[in-house]
Amino acid sequence: MSASFTPNEMMTIAAARALKSTDVCFVGIGAPSAACNLARLTHAPGVTLIYESGTIATKPNVLPLSIGDGELCETALTTVSVPEMFRYWLQGGRITIGFIGGAQIDRFANINTTVVGDYHKPKVRLPGGGGAPEIATNCGEIFITMAMGKRAFVDRLPFITSMGHGPTGVERQKLGVRSQGPTKLITDLCVLEPDAATNEMTVVSIHPGVTREAIQENCGWPIRFSAHVVETPAPTEEELRVLRDIQERTRRAHAA
Amino acid sequence: MAQVLSLHDAVAEHVRDGDTIAMEGFTHLIPFAAGHEIIRQKRKRLTLIRMTPDLIYDQMIGMGCAEKLVFSWGGNPGVGSTHRIRDAIENGWPNALAIEEHSHAGMANAYEAGAANLPFAAFRGYIGVDLPKVNPRIKSITCPYTGEFLATVPAIRPDVGIVHALRADRDGNVLLEGITGCQKEVVLAAKRSIVTVEEIVDDLRTTSYNSIVLPHWTITAIACVPGGAHPSYAQGYYKRDNSFYIAWDKISRERDSFLAWMKDNVLDKDASAFAVHAKKQA
Repeated sequence: MSASFTPNEMMTIAAARALKSTDVCFVGIGAPSAACNLARLTHAPGVTLIYESGTIATKPNVLPLSIGDGELCETALTTVSVPEMFRYWLQGGRITIGFIGGAQIDRFANINTTVVGDYHKPKVRLPGGGGAPEIATNCGEIFITMAMGKRAFVDRLPFITSMGHGPTGVERQKLGVRSQGPTKLITDLCVLEPDAATNEMTVVSIHPGVTREAIQENCGWPIRFSAHVVETPAPTEEELRVLRDIQERTRRAHAA
Repeated sequence: MAQVLSLHDAVAEHVRDGDTIAMEGFTHLIPFAAGHEIIRQKRKRLTLIRMTPDLIYDQMIGMGCAEKLVFSWGGNPGVGSTHRIRDAIENGWPNALAIEEHSHAGMANAYEAGAANLPFAAFRGYIGVDLPKVNPRIKSITCPYTGEFLATVPAIRPDVGIVHALRADRDGNVLLEGITGCQKEVVLAAKRSIVTVEEIVDDLRTTSYNSIVLPHWTITAIACVPGGAHPSYAQGYYKRDNSFYIAWDKISRERDSFLAWMKDNVLDKDASAFAVHAKKQA
């Protein structure tokens, strides 16, 4: 029997399930951070979580608001400088999974977090790339988690902040990037993986109670479904309890 | 040899209109008190360099201190937009703001090249992305040994580097622990440096032989400003004020509420206003 849950809880739980205890994961803030810590507190206790502030193998008791909260340093195995983090650990090829979010994404999992409209005359100025441009190419593979919606899942990105499989799905390989790029895109409605032939992100698993029509309505391109779509297993009582506990601890800590 | 000065005098003496300034601290140890002092002394036409502009540059840009921003991630972490920076970029308020945008890896490499007295840094980055199309300072080089194509960025060599540290000893040696970001690189890359500290003590009380200590002869001026990193934090002294970062979203959203907050909390105050945040953790 499964309890009732929100689409966001389903997204976080499905994202957490993608991680293994043996992974060394570079954690983006927000949705990825919740998912990575849920994984650590449930089925993947050995997972190594790394934040770009330099904290390695950190085990926060509450979710950090920023990537550099003191909680991350206090619970880390070690903390290194930011140049060392990007040079030795990320560029050095030590990280198996990069877990990131974004403001906009296209069908080949390229991401925009920089600008809507013209770069020099922006309609909306977004925060920018931060660590993402190099996370996207230097980690073994990339998991992305984002809620679906027509403004987020767009046919054409105004700006590529970090590369997925490239504008037409082939550029990543052509540029000689040897890491795998985005292998999973976990949303609030479904899970997508790249098509083996084209690299187009394709629905492989639909969350309980979600229709194909709802997925298409929240996507800005004609979305493809795999020939073997399965239903995402509903959240377990344990997954929901651990997630809600950490979110409640976090809410109380940040309101203090 | 570091000179111990009041924060007012350190800024008056070492920060000039038109300077290129890097104020670092990666979430931890952000030198807010120094930012407020620069605002009070009405410095203009600054080029402000910082990986994450954070609220400190939101405040300085909103108060008209800057003509250019060099950065790699410009939001309120975990909360949303830095509204004053957006207003400057999107609407030119209170003045037009030029931007030079990088990735974190690009800026971290550029600081390290500055500290190492090199003209540029080479690294494996900016592959397949649009930033090099809008930032002509991002270039590339072919490795002379392997033929690999690598991105390059020019070294950052600011006129003034400003950081906040945990403490200094009587000789002016400075201790940094916890998340240390790029602070060491900024001080070593800068022509002049100002370090604000929580306290000046007889013994630095380093917790490990490998703690970061900047020798006094690498620093231009030290000012003791307890609480000077608030609403950022100082490991072992006080925690990040996450509730203030959340509250800033509303304060900074409109020009009037922003200006009213700056008048009450910055223009009508001095550096001693930070002391209330310096209460030590148990």
